[in-house]
Amino acid sequence: MTGSFVGDMTIFVLALLVGFEVISKVPATLHTPLMSGANSIHGVVLVGVIILSSYVDGVVGYTLTFIAAVFAAANVVGGYVVTDRMLHMFKKRPAPVLPDKDAS
Amino acid sequence: MSSLEIAIRFASLFGAVAFVLGLHFMNSPATARRGNQLSAAGMFVAIVAALVGVSAGQDGAAMNPTRWTVLIVGSLIGGGYGLWTARTVKMTAMPELVSLFNALGGGAAALIAITDYHLNTNQPAGTATATVLDIIIGGVTFSGSLLAAAKLRGRFSDPISFPGARFVSGVVALVAVGGSAWVLAGAHNDFVLLAVVLAALLFGVLMVLPIGGADMPVVISLLNAFTGTAVAMAGFVLGSVILVVAGALVGASGSILTKLMADAMNRSVLNIIAGGFGTGAVGVVAPTGGGLVRSIAVDDAALQMAYAQKVIIVPGYGLAAAQAQHECRELGEVLESLGIEVSYAIHPVAGRMPGHMNVLLAEANVPYDQLREMDDVNSEFERTDVALVVGANDVTNPAARRPGNVVSGMPILDVDKAKSIIVIKRSMASGYAGIDNELYTDPKTSMLFTDAKKGLAALVSAVKTVVG
Repeated sequence: MTGSFVGDMTIFVLALLVGFEVISKVPATLHTPLMSGANSIHGVVLVGVIILSSYVDGVVGYTLTFIAAVFAAANVVGGYVVTDRMLHMFKKRPAPVLPDKDAS
Repeated sequence: MSSLEIAIRFASLFGAVAFVLGLHFMNSPATARRGNQLSAAGMFVAIVAALVGVSAGQDGAAMNPTRWTVLIVGSLIGGGYGLWTARTVKMTAMPELVSLFNALGGGAAALIAITDYHLNTNQPAGTATATVLDIIIGGVTFSGSLLAAAKLRGRFSDPISFPGARFVSGVVALVAVGGSAWVLAGAHNDFVLLAVVLAALLFGVLMVLPIGGADMPVVISLLNAFTGTAVAMAGFVLGSVILVVAGALVGASGSILTKLMADAMNRSVLNIIAGGFGTGAVGVVAPTGGGLVRSIAVDDAALQMAYAQKVIIVPGYGLAAAQAQHECRELGEVLESLGIEVSYAIHPVAGRMPGHMNVLLAEANVPYDQLREMDDVNSEFERTDVALVVGANDVTNPAARRPGNVVSGMPILDVDKAKSIIVIKRSMASGYAGIDNELYTDPKTSMLFTDAKKGLAALVSAVKTVVG
């Protein structure tokens, strides 16, 4: 277990550094979608709930896992959908419409 | 390692890479949507891989009908609720939703550790550490985020403190630390863990309670970082690499935003958490006399703008509070149709969460190339004929350039460098820093005393009349 703990720790630290590097380049204009996107990414906790559900037992265990599944699924689905909805609103200036010379 | 196991590991790797690239594509509005879709695809693959893994009995997994039912029914209910909320939420309520998702993610992460502890009577030391950290961070995030969401919705939005709050926090912290030490020492007792859980939940409440509504951008970012860390800890507990990677990414993102927001408010994170002057409450006070403040009629303001060449609109919290973003966009469009160059100067803390103002304006159909960041737009104020300030206060105060006052050193928009300035404001009340804004007494400034929504609507029709 010690070996895998050190391995996980290594990955954690490296991912943290990658995160700092990538996210510091995000412009302030997109900070809300960024946070909402990060919100969706921590919805990956659903993967954890799936793993947990494979060895859970007992009434307490089932109840807690059930609540965790509700929370995690709401987080992951809601997070991605709302981020997409938000990013959809960021539009470029429409190309200027040239006046139609033949009209009039 | 069986070939199925290898395939599952690779699927997780794909998920992790998709998360990183998805965040990378957020560096421009043109690619951001694709980035989010890539991230969602990675998530989908990671979830399918996990499902395949547990049904194939990877790492001793043994699904049975009860376990499947718990997982699937729970996920369907949660997924349905998430989908419905995400589709119906108003963009002004985004901060609440982000806060709610922080609570759910942190809560789920804490529940994983609690359940795992409940099931495993002898955890290895490394796992026990992660369990304790997951429960404390996840618990604080859960209750803290729910309270933050309530505050953002306008309930208990004033900072609340009570005598002995520090003492209570101290006792709660002591219970959490003591209980954690017990768990780490290897003694297994569900009730001790329950005490740690309750202490963490209470601590989350005590942490957010004294924080004012105006400091919410920092708090939300900080709780976002906490959620990421809690999820990473859940990854340690379960030995799941994808949770560790994703949690670390969110932790990094939350930390960066926390720092940026605190800097933009000219305060330290500690100062905000300790509860400072940030009440955010703005009383309505009559304009102070003294003849220094020049007020202006709507028609005159419209005239100034209609004959300008370059106008910069500076929207702030007040604009969002008055829900005036559509009127704001309309004014921008009318001015543009007259051939005037219009852009929006947005301070990092405008709105109730990082970048919130941009989303509100984007929703009102302002093209994103008109949304300008502070560092980028500041050099343009000098050649701006009219700067229109709507509901922004402290972030435009030139006093920030001088030492010796509460806003000293705060990054500001150089609005005072514009050739003339029009401020739409209900009264002369000070911003949440509690000091007078020197911009208002600048001879180039005229004040339009009205509500943001009414003022902008009146300006739109007045400009239309002026140009006939």
